[in-house]
Amino acid sequence: MSAPVQSDVAIIGGGIMGASAAFFLRRHGLSVTLLETDKVGRQASGTNFGNVRRQGRPIFQLPLANRASRIWRTARELLGSDVEYLQSGHMRVCFSDRPENVGAMEDYATKAREEGLDLEILTGNTLRARFPWLGPEVLAGSHSAMDGHANPRLAAPAFARAAIAAGAQVFEDTRITGAAKIGDDFELEADDGRLFRAPVLLVTAGAWAGKIATQFGEDFAITPRAPTMSVTEPVPYAIEPSLGVMTALEVETVYFRQVERGNIVIGGSTRAPSYPDEYRSYVLPESTMTQFEHIRRLAPVLANLSIIRVWTGIEGYMDDSLPVMGPSSNVPGLYHAFGFSGAGFQLGPGVGETMAELIATGATDIPLAPYSPDRFGK
Amino acid sequence: MVEKRVIVVGAGPAGIRAAETLVAAGIRPVLIDEGRRDGGQIYRRQPDGFTRSYETLYGTEAARARAVHDTFEAIRDRIDYRAETLAWNVSDGRLWTARDGEAEAIPYSALIVCSGATDRLLPVPGWNRAGVFSLGGSQIALKAQACSIGSKVVFMGSGPLLYLVAAQYVKAGANVAAVLDTSPFMKRVRAAPFMAVLPDLLFAGVGLMRTLKTAGVRIATGITPVSIEGSDDTGVSGIRYTDGSGREQHMDCDAVAMGWHLRPETQLADIARCDFAFDAPTRQWLPVTDDDGRATSDGIYLAGDGARVLGARCAEVTGRLAAMAALSDMGIAGDPAARQSLLAEKARYRRFAQGLAIAFPWPHELAANVPDDTVVCRCEAVTAGTLRETVDIGGATETNRAKSFSRVGMGRCQGRYCGNASAEIVAAMRREPVEAAGRLRTQAPVKPLSIATVRNEA
Ligand SMILES: Cc1cc2nc3c(=O)[nH]c(=O)nc-3n(C[C@H](O)[C@H](O)[C@H](O)COP(=O)(O)OP(=O)(O)OC[C@H]3O[C@@H](n4cnc5c(N)ncnc54)[C@H](O)[C@@H]3O)c2cc1C
Ligand SMILES: Cc1cc2nc3c(=O)[nH]c(=O)nc-3n(C[C@H](O)[C@H](O)[C@H](O)COP(=O)(O)OP(=O)(O)OC[C@H]3O[C@@H](n4cnc5c(N)ncnc54)[C@H](O)[C@@H]3O)c2cc1C
Repeated sequence: MSAPVQSDVAIIGGGIMGASAAFFLRRHGLSVTLLETDKVGRQASGTNFGNVRRQGRPIFQLPLANRASRIWRTARELLGSDVEYLQSGHMRVCFSDRPENVGAMEDYATKAREEGLDLEILTGNTLRARFPWLGPEVLAGSHSAMDGHANPRLAAPAFARAAIAAGAQVFEDTRITGAAKIGDDFELEADDGRLFRAPVLLVTAGAWAGKIATQFGEDFAITPRAPTMSVTEPVPYAIEPSLGVMTALEVETVYFRQVERGNIVIGGSTRAPSYPDEYRSYVLPESTMTQFEHIRRLAPVLANLSIIRVWTGIEGYMDDSLPVMGPSSNVPGLYHAFGFSGAGFQLGPGVGETMAELIATGATDIPLAPYSPDRFGK
Repeated sequence: MVEKRVIVVGAGPAGIRAAETLVAAGIRPVLIDEGRRDGGQIYRRQPDGFTRSYETLYGTEAARARAVHDTFEAIRDRIDYRAETLAWNVSDGRLWTARDGEAEAIPYSALIVCSGATDRLLPVPGWNRAGVFSLGGSQIALKAQACSIGSKVVFMGSGPLLYLVAAQYVKAGANVAAVLDTSPFMKRVRAAPFMAVLPDLLFAGVGLMRTLKTAGVRIATGITPVSIEGSDDTGVSGIRYTDGSGREQHMDCDAVAMGWHLRPETQLADIARCDFAFDAPTRQWLPVTDDDGRATSDGIYLAGDGARVLGARCAEVTGRLAAMAALSDMGIAGDPAARQSLLAEKARYRRFAQGLAIAFPWPHELAANVPDDTVVCRCEAVTAGTLRETVDIGGATETNRAKSFSRVGMGRCQGRYCGNASAEIVAAMRREPVEAAGRLRTQAPVKPLSIATVRNEA
């Protein structure tokens, strides 16, 4: 058996959180080992819808989202490869059977402005003049010009490649089954017996993070869920903003975006069953049907198109829909960043930078209290 | 007791024989086909208003075509036949269909998939020009619409269909400029002992060659395609290839029909989570079945060319076998002697197919070496060069990863036509056997599904 791989920081989980953290840790000069069961960015980070949106998040999350937003804007230069970030705007709309949502949107916009996120509330003729393809049931929209979407299939791998170029070691096909703190070092064992050691451990294992945390006596209730996705054949590029419905009803929570080469990506409605142990999740055909039903309410023109593929991916949800982010209060050197509850793609680069900063300097300006690993009690 | 429902997908020879077997056992199966009429690929019916004879349409197979059509007519009232109905998904013991904008989930005890095959294609520089068709497409033009794909047609590829369709064109009076086969003639000699198990099929092949030679069609074997020439405005104007002795040749033509034998339509089996295994002789991934056609997922049976390409005649055999297996699993005993003789017949077709794979191999090295600027995925317009970059720059280690970086196989056909070649390219870049590159995983829907589709919960 070869000698253990030693580094300053070991990261378990090569999604966008782990890959971007590895990249930013290298910028702080720390040596990094990134460990991934399969291939980088194949789980939630590679299968998600691709929304890079800030609105709709809790107001207290905006500093983190803003930080991420700045990185997305410069991603191409930073990473030396294109992640297809398209800042074509993001819009949340509500249907006319829930008029109370207009007030909620206006209220949100006022508070968001204080955090530096400009939202424009559009109704009636103004809304329809700008977006004539919206359905008659759409009552109002909240438009964010400085958001958009990116290509999930490219993002996490691009961070990992840039991290490698900067000197990080990335081990794919490396599933960590054993994790313990022995003396000053964490010792991690892969299922084939290879060992990795580091005085700092960052857990970015998404829906699977609970299995690692348990080994340190920390229990987190993480519910795996799998949002329903589909994509159409390409049609001429015509729809700029990424668009989603604001509603409390899961079945009518639908969203779509058009990529520059023409395909329309659709997401939402009832989520799919998932089997994290087997790394599998399956779209239910009935959810594809309800997705169609509600997407036609949002934009009836889409009824002229056909989907060519459906898919889903597994994401970890916390009971309060907020991520777990920050140092463990039980085990010195242990850090968590997981459970992004269906909204972590946009945050990803910001999380990586924040965790790297926290690990390298011991502090960050980003408010992390709401995400404290201790908030669920013990 | 819950009613046992059996669904058959595909009304080709396999599906019709399966349905017939079920009807004989007292079951009323649901028979689904996306086509307007029964018959499947080879015994495709001509459109209404056309009156060509069986002999004109089906040549040497006229009697078989008539028998399959007659069987369909005879059971028509005893099956729940749903034409123009796409089977697009399988989930939780139900087959999802779509017809006229309505989706329905049909529960089944047994699902017999007889989905047939489509052409296996090889990317060739210029194959994305107007005027290039698959062999299947060119045959459909002839059978369904009685028209040729061009005024001077070159047939290129390998396999029995290459000669068959070319001969059908000759008989229909079309101008066939040449038949270009990538396989050297000597391979047929090596394959002959295998093919001798079915002498009449072997002779049928010899007959095709005679038809072509009598018509003065140039037949070149052991060729290597160089490019299909032409322009974006006017389409194909000619073809360039090197002949068996290594000399470059050029020929004018305005249409090219290409195909390298067939590949099974395995999407439904994949969506139903059946296991697949790599089949070395054909270099394809095939669903795993037992001899009778039972797949590895409960209640799923596979027959005909959709399970393994064994040809139309064998499709009738495996259709019957799969239905008998489904019946026996539902506790309806069949005739063991009949089963034995069907199994013996199937074994002969398998040996014949082994011969075909030797005589007309898939020229995988041509796929692996296609020039960088050649389009590999026509739906998404991705070149071989871009695909190769996903390996040497992107670090892709297998074909799903390469797809995710480059979009190869992500378009309308979902990798049906580029999947085989892209796996060869990825494997060659990594200097690994092609099976190490894996296979593109299928996602629903099996074919594009309109967003206007509404669910019928009747
Ligand atoms: C279908 C879908 C749509 C979504 N849409 C959006 C959206 O539009 N916008 C948005 O902002 N967010 C969206 N999200 C959420 C977003 O994708 C996730 O929040 C984000 O990708 C989480 O990143 P991650 O790195 O934490 O998780 P992941 O990408 O899941 O990465 C975790 C990694 O850890 C690895 N791992 C787990 N256990 C081990 C182990 N023991 N050893 C080694 N490696 C291990 C896994 O293999 C995995 O690669 C969506 C999620 C899904 C599933
Ligand atoms: C283009 C082409 C030309 C051929 N020409 C000849 C020839 O001339 N002579 C010869 O001997 N052999 C020929 N073959 C081979 C021959 O067609 C097959 O061996 C034979 O048809 C196999 O029968 P089958 O019942 O397995 O499938 P098929 O006859 O192909 O029937 C499959 C049926 O399933 C239906 N189907 C498939 N998927 C779905 C779905 N998801 N939902 C609904 N319906 C579905 C299709 O519409 C089709 O009708 C040809 C094959 C091809 C592809």
